[in-house]
Amino acid sequence: MSAAPDLAVVGAGPAGLAAATLAAEFGLATVLYDEQPSPGGRIYHDVERNAEVAPDLFGEDYRRGVGLVRAFRRSGAVYAPGVSVWDAAAQGGLGVLRDGAAEIVAARRVLIAVGSLERPVPIPGWTLPGVMALGAAQTLLKASRLRPRSPPVIAGCGPLVFLVAHQLARAGAAPRTVLLCAARGNRVRALRHLAGAVLSVGELWKGYRWMRALAAMGVALVPGACDLRALGEDRLEAIAFTDRAGRARRIETDLLLLHEGVVPNDRLARAAGCAQTWDEAQQCWRTAVDGWGATSVEGIAVAGDCAGIGGARAAEHQGRLAALDAACRLGAIDRATRDGRARAERAALRRHLRLRPFLDALFRPADEILAPRDDDTIVCRCEEVSAGEIRRVVALGCAGPNQAKAFTRCGMGPCQGALCEATVAAIVAGARGVTVASVGRFTARPPAKPITLGEIAGLEITP
Amino acid sequence: MFERLDEPSGARVVFHFEGEVVSAFAGETIAAALLAQGVVAHRDTVVSGRPRAPYCMIGVCFDCLVEIDGVANRQACRVRVRDGMRVRRQAGAPDPLADRAP
Amino acid sequence: MTTMREAEVAIVGGGLVGAAIGYGLARSGARVLVLDGDERAPCASRGNFGLVWVQGKGEGCPAYARWTLLSADLWHGFARELEDATGIAVGYSRPGGVVLALSEVELAGERAILERIRREAGDEGSADFEILDRPALVEMLPGLGPEVVGGTYSPADGHANPLFLLRALRAGIAAHGGRCRGGRRVAAIEARDGGFRVVAREETVFAERIVLAAGLGTGALAGRLGVEVPLAPQHGQLLVTERVHPLFDIPTDAVRQTREGSFLIGYSHNDFGFDTAARPAIMRNIARRAVRLFPFLGELRVVRSWGALRVLTPDGLPIYQESARHPGAFVATCHSGVTLAAAHALRLAPWIAGGALPDGLDAFAAGRFDVRKAG
Repeated sequence: MSAAPDLAVVGAGPAGLAAATLAAEFGLATVLYDEQPSPGGRIYHDVERNAEVAPDLFGEDYRRGVGLVRAFRRSGAVYAPGVSVWDAAAQGGLGVLRDGAAEIVAARRVLIAVGSLERPVPIPGWTLPGVMALGAAQTLLKASRLRPRSPPVIAGCGPLVFLVAHQLARAGAAPRTVLLCAARGNRVRALRHLAGAVLSVGELWKGYRWMRALAAMGVALVPGACDLRALGEDRLEAIAFTDRAGRARRIETDLLLLHEGVVPNDRLARAAGCAQTWDEAQQCWRTAVDGWGATSVEGIAVAGDCAGIGGARAAEHQGRLAALDAACRLGAIDRATRDGRARAERAALRRHLRLRPFLDALFRPADEILAPRDDDTIVCRCEEVSAGEIRRVVALGCAGPNQAKAFTRCGMGPCQGALCEATVAAIVAGARGVTVASVGRFTARPPAKPITLGEIAGLEITP
Repeated sequence: MFERLDEPSGARVVFHFEGEVVSAFAGETIAAALLAQGVVAHRDTVVSGRPRAPYCMIGVCFDCLVEIDGVANRQACRVRVRDGMRVRRQAGAPDPLADRAP
Repeated sequence: MTTMREAEVAIVGGGLVGAAIGYGLARSGARVLVLDGDERAPCASRGNFGLVWVQGKGEGCPAYARWTLLSADLWHGFARELEDATGIAVGYSRPGGVVLALSEVELAGERAILERIRREAGDEGSADFEILDRPALVEMLPGLGPEVVGGTYSPADGHANPLFLLRALRAGIAAHGGRCRGGRRVAAIEARDGGFRVVAREETVFAERIVLAAGLGTGALAGRLGVEVPLAPQHGQLLVTERVHPLFDIPTDAVRQTREGSFLIGYSHNDFGFDTAARPAIMRNIARRAVRLFPFLGELRVVRSWGALRVLTPDGLPIYQESARHPGAFVATCHSGVTLAAAHALRLAPWIAGGALPDGLDAFAAGRFDVRKAG
């Protein structure tokens, strides 16, 4: 890593690739930092290799990633793989780690495009070996060409449930059952956004086709499932749930894949101090941005799912808007050019976001997923803190997640709250009778990624 | 829990898990190789000693922690396999002053 | 909707100082209500290193050396009593503590401080100490780095888990019939009808006595009651490592291993106003010293960094003051909330309840900062 880049992009998914490609086109010295060894992010994971080896496995959407990566490779932006970004500060100081060497890189502007994370699904027994996030099965398929040995059970809600079920089926590992756990009343709420849905009928049709194909393969689709529990001694043996008719049901299985939507991966933006807003529709926090992705911290912008869930196509356009803004602020293009080029991007962005309100309403997680009712349910996996423990410390005067963390150690483990913060906040808010937005979040600090004390001691700070 | 779709095209890699030989392929993560081998749990938790396996496979959950060549608290889903690696199940908290493997 | 409440003593601030005083009052039978602010307040109690520390304290102020030693000597019984009342073990141990030196100059400097404190406070009022050479330290602290030349050891020092302590104090207050309410930032206080009316978010409390122990927020409230409390924030940063196997229980002033197995590594002192953000350059300096003290720390992952604001008076000493204008209103502030917790609960609280001021505590009157009175 040589002289300070004009634009440092973090993340090689659609937002990062599109941004870096366009920025380089405007002559900005652009570096794209990627944790992975090859570009594509998670949605287009290893797309260059997979496109040759298994073009049909993942669907047409996946192939779009090939175009993005190829354009990026041709663009003149520098690709820095195998780099972990652990801090971001105002005026573009980026903390990076590569091969055991830590450095603060002074970029003129930073664009964080690190995508999304799956929302944690804290059901009783979710820490048992054999219970995994649905995305994990997708990652294993894409990155390692592994499929479940025997038909898994998929449970949750959200478009990814149908997509991955379909991908697994194509790979010869169709799930035996898909439990649809959408909250009661979601469909009614979603109807309010039907106009947007109707205009995006192509997307809806795709989802409907997946469902039909799954049913045709003999996959049982069970709507209205609730009270889901994972059972077993040292590993998953069965799952239990209550069906729509109120009957207790049980399915023997050694693999349960959970999914309740995705939320922005905003740890780096928060460690940088970027202000947040609560998104009531998506039931999550998002980084506060202007129309170009610029945050409350000077020199830092965000784009793609890490700024707010919008999907891969929307992410490309957000990435380009951020690149246009960076190019303008750094003097490579003037405002008129920026605004002119932005028009098409904004129109496309609006099209791709049209379906969002409908999807958000249709796939809103049930309250029992956001805040488990069963006090014995583990909320913090790292420190093994239960929901009941959180409720007990609220009774001692803990007003929010930070105080709950101080009293119970929840959020102090290596994952630093990635899998428990949302749940802790929801439980505290529920116990206090206030909104989730009002109780706040864990204070986020660097390092946003693992780094050793020795690596910090050897930190190179280039002015 | 998991099996290979097909015979991978990469070079074969052989490493050890808890003394047993594991056959894997270049470019794979340790977590994927262990899952393909049929290993159920990668570690026992620090607080209560309960078994855990990978949950997220993207480096976020830290449930896949294993000891690799004497160094503990390594995320199996982030480290790629190499010939001769000695991987061990992590039980509780590691000892940084224990004798290291050469 | 505002709830009206009554209490014998209302305590503004539910951090280590307020909660310890609240516990001390509640255990003696007083009806206590603690009002704690919201999460936005810079809470020093959540950024504490966890030392119950005597050596080196009170240079130039023998009363502080004595008060600190008194608290440390009370700590064992205090921790036991808290555990009996609440079931919460605060992880206290007193194996002695060490200040490590990386050069003879450092060692000589530490020694000079300890000897001066002994001269000023006397044998009874100051901590015992020994100068230890490398071989003795290596026995006590496995993994000690080759650059350490020696250190000062005091058997009076120990450590505890400051977060469990705070939880136990709050639970102890509840166990004795008191209440702690979070999200209750205090907006106004006035003296009324022989007592005080405390207006907080969603609650108004009438109390016979009040204690202002609101950390950096104390000054504004105290000023309205005629007590000048000059406080300034001092930024301190800490690093926390992943958990490892227990290696040693003896705390040092810059590195200690918690019961859970993580290493806490500090510390820094900077003036950044009210900004608690972590700074990479400071993280690096802290890391460098730690790796020189204990090279094995270099391989451990830093899970988190903390930034917290110490609550500092101009001379770094506590303020314990009853308002002359409004008797029954008290101010209590210090920056060693863990070490002094026992003394706050067992010696300061009785004073607040109407007893005599403990010996030597007139040294901590707020008036000492009033330049008009000096000379």
